[in-house]
Amino acid sequence: MTVPLTVNGVPAEFPAGTTVATLVAERNGGHDRVAVARNSDVVPRSSWATTELSPGDRLEVLAPTAGG
Amino acid sequence: MSTSDLAPALAREEATDPFAIAGQPFTSRLVLGTGGLPSLEVLERVVRASGTQLVTVALRRVEAVPGGSMLEVLDRCGVRLLPNTAGCMTAREAVLAARLGREAFGTDWVKLEVIGDEVTLLPDAVELVDAAEQLVAEGFTVLPYTTDDPVLGRRLADVGCAAVMPLGSPIGSGLGIRNPHSIALLREAVDVPVVLDAGIGTASDAALAMELGCDAVLLASAVTRARDPERMALAMRQAVEGGRLAHGAGRIPRRWHAQASTAMQGRPELG
Repeated sequence: MTVPLTVNGVPAEFPAGTTVATLVAERNGGHDRVAVARNSDVVPRSSWATTELSPGDRLEVLAPTAGG
Repeated sequence: MSTSDLAPALAREEATDPFAIAGQPFTSRLVLGTGGLPSLEVLERVVRASGTQLVTVALRRVEAVPGGSMLEVLDRCGVRLLPNTAGCMTAREAVLAARLGREAFGTDWVKLEVIGDEVTLLPDAVELVDAAEQLVAEGFTVLPYTTDDPVLGRRLADVGCAAVMPLGSPIGSGLGIRNPHSIALLREAVDVPVVLDAGIGTASDAALAMELGCDAVLLASAVTRARDPERMALAMRQAVEGGRLAHGAGRIPRRWHAQASTAMQGRPELG
């Protein structure tokens, strides 16, 4: 069984039971210090390992960059 | 006069004219935005040349962020980070962006931007005050990017913002300070620091901001998009220092007609 959701606006599917920690490990693009939003709420780093992805989740995986 | 000759006078200025935001002292009154530089190497040279102690940063989707550790560079420069909420158009978005910035950067300081219009990038006053109020309640140190409206500036200070950051002209326009009178009025209207943010094109614009009484200047494009960013960073540093000194020194009143600086008394008959 897989969980359909979007990561940074792109549809994706993950195995049931996948956590935010696993998602970040796969999708952090080599960046540390990333921040994650799930359905317009912050997922604190301390909760990544215990937060399981749900069908329809909208996830944003963000990295530090330059800005004005 | 060499830099070392100036050191005692500048140290005296720091002691007699201190600058702090939310109780955090700064010896530099230049806040630097980092967007638009070609490499991390140039970023480091620019940050060092500017003498800045506070640098804005942002969050974007990981796949859009280039590799290399910007944070390592900034850490090495010893600057404090000021995450922004750039691109947000509602209070709801901006509050979430601020929370994400706190998570990623480990600071509760935020440069609050809530844009109402993608053409002018002008702040949305209603959403801005709403977001500021929420973030202050959540314990953030809020530095809002705002218009040059003294009444709005007072509203932002009243809800607990740590500083008010009015635009001189639209972001990235380089048009300088279009309404100096409003900036001076805003400076009078609030008790928190006023940081001129946006519109600076060249060194004289930064000096004018300081002469008008602003406590600091925030700029990005004027340096990062200059032909020689490192040199412009040094120019901005000196302009901000010069403008602040001039503000403290007290400019002469403007006069309609000339006033000789050499005494007429004792003038010889040479005709």
